Amino acid sequence: MNRVVITGAGTVNALGHNVPDTLDAMREGRCGISELDFRDVDRLSIRIGGQVKGMDAENHFNRQQMVLYDRFTQFTLLATGEAMAQSGIEFTGDLAAKAGVVLGTAGGGVSTWDDNYRSVYEDGKNRVHPFVVPKLMNNAAASHVSMQYNLKGPSFTVSTACSSSNHAMAQAFQMVRSGMSKAMITGGSESMLCFGGVKAWEGLRVMSRDACRPFSANRNGMVQGEGAGVFVFEEYEHARARGAEILCEVIGFAMTSDASDIVMPSKQGAARAMAGALADAGISASQVGYVNAHGTGTAANDKTECAAVADVFGQHADDLMISSTKSMHGHLIGGTGAVELLACIMALKEGVVAPTIGYEEHDPECALDVVPNEAREADVKVALSNAFAFGGLNAVLALRKI
Amino acid sequence: MNVSDKVIEIIAEQAVLEPSDVTPDSTLEDLGVDSLGLVESIFAIEEAFDISIPFNANDPSDGDFDISSVKTIIAGIEKLVAEQTS
Repeated sequence: MNRVVITGAGTVNALGHNVPDTLDAMREGRCGISELDFRDVDRLSIRIGGQVKGMDAENHFNRQQMVLYDRFTQFTLLATGEAMAQSGIEFTGDLAAKAGVVLGTAGGGVSTWDDNYRSVYEDGKNRVHPFVVPKLMNNAAASHVSMQYNLKGPSFTVSTACSSSNHAMAQAFQMVRSGMSKAMITGGSESMLCFGGVKAWEGLRVMSRDACRPFSANRNGMVQGEGAGVFVFEEYEHARARGAEILCEVIGFAMTSDASDIVMPSKQGAARAMAGALADAGISASQVGYVNAHGTGTAANDKTECAAVADVFGQHADDLMISSTKSMHGHLIGGTGAVELLACIMALKEGVVAPTIGYEEHDPECALDVVPNEAREADVKVALSNAFAFGGLNAVLALRKI
Repeated sequence: MNVSDKVIEIIAEQAVLEPSDVTPDSTLEDLGVDSLGLVESIFAIEEAFDISIPFNANDPSDGDFDISSVKTIIAGIEKLVAEQTS
C-alpha cells in the first residue's frame, strides 16, 4: 500500500476566501457567522449563517462560465485553483489518465433549483434557461474540475449529507493508497444559503437564532454555513520526487452506518467509525492529540459525540483536545468535512489547535477539553476528523504530522 | 429595434462578437456558436420576443425552423412574431 500525503489545499468559506485567511481566523478564534443577506430573508425565522461575503464571482468567471456555474461550483473552482497552485502538480499523460476528482455535496445547485422554481411557480414564467440542469446537478462541480485540470480517471460526487466530504476524501485516499492513481483532487462544497435552503432547515427546528455554541451547556442548535474545501491527495514518493511541500499525511479512515434512525445519531455508529479509523491507520488511541469534532451545537450530536469519544479513547479522552470549528464557519453540510480538515492540517503542521468559540457554560455531558474560545499551541502528531450525517452515515479520517 | 437587429445582437453576444461582424449569410458554425450556444440563443430570442420557437436540440434540422444561416433564423423569427401579433 502507498502512503498518501496532502500537497495542496484551497478553500472559500465565511472565515476567508483562501487557506491563509481561514487559518488566521481560526487561530484568532474569529466568528464568520453573520446576518444572512439574500432575497426574502425577512420571511425566515432563522436569519444568521456562515455566509461567504465579498466574493465577486463576476471578477473570477466570464459570462459563459457564470451561466453554467452554480454558487457551489464557483466555490469549488476557486478552492481548487488555490489547492492546485500550492501543489504545483500538473495533470498530463499517464498521470492525468488515471487521476480524477471526488467531491462531496449534499444539495448541489440548491440556489439554481430555488431561483428557477421561484421563476416558474411564483413569477408564473413558463420558460427556464437551457442550462438549469447542467448547472444544478450534484456532479457539476466535479465535472468542471475534471475539465479544467485535465483529469481523465475516476471522477464522481458523493452525497451523504453532512458526511459527504469525508466520504469523498476517503474514496480519494483509497484510490491513491491502493495505487489506482498517483494523485486525486478531493474535498467538497455546499451552497444552501438561499431562501428555500434555509427554509427547509428551519422545518427541522434544530437551528439556532443567535450562535453556534458546540459543547456549551447553553447551546441551542446549529448554524448553517457555505463554501468549499479542496485538496490534492498525492502518493508520498511521487510528491517527494517532484519536491512538493507536504502539508500532512492521510493515514486511515473508516465509514460506518448507524442503521438505526434517519436523524438521531448513534453513539455506537460514531464510536465504530473513530475506532475503525484508528485501526485502519494502525495506530493506538493514545497517539491522537486532536479530534476535529462533528460538533454541530445540537443537543443530540454533542452529547452523543462526546460519549463516543469517551468510549473509544477511555482515559486518554481527558488528555486529547477536541474542538468544533463550526462555531466559527458554521455547518457547511456536505462541504463541512473539507473545511474542517484545514483545522487538522493547522494542528499538525503549525502546532496550533483551533478553538471552539462561543463556549460559555460547562456541560457535564460534554466534559472533554473542547479548547474553549482560544486557540492553543500544542505538538499534535495525529488528528482525527469526524463527520456524522443525517441518515446515520459516518466517516472519520486519520491524519499524521510529517 | 427591429427583429433582425435584435436577433443579430443576441447571436453576436453568444459568439462574443460585435453585431457588425454578424452578417445575414453567416452560419452559426462560421460564428463559432456551438450546440449549447445555439440552445442559449434560442432561449434568449424566445425571451426577447415572448415567442415559442419549435426547435428540438436532438435534431436541429427537424421541423420548420431553419437555422442554416443568420438570414433564415431571422426570417423564422419574423414569421413567428407576425403569427403571434395577428
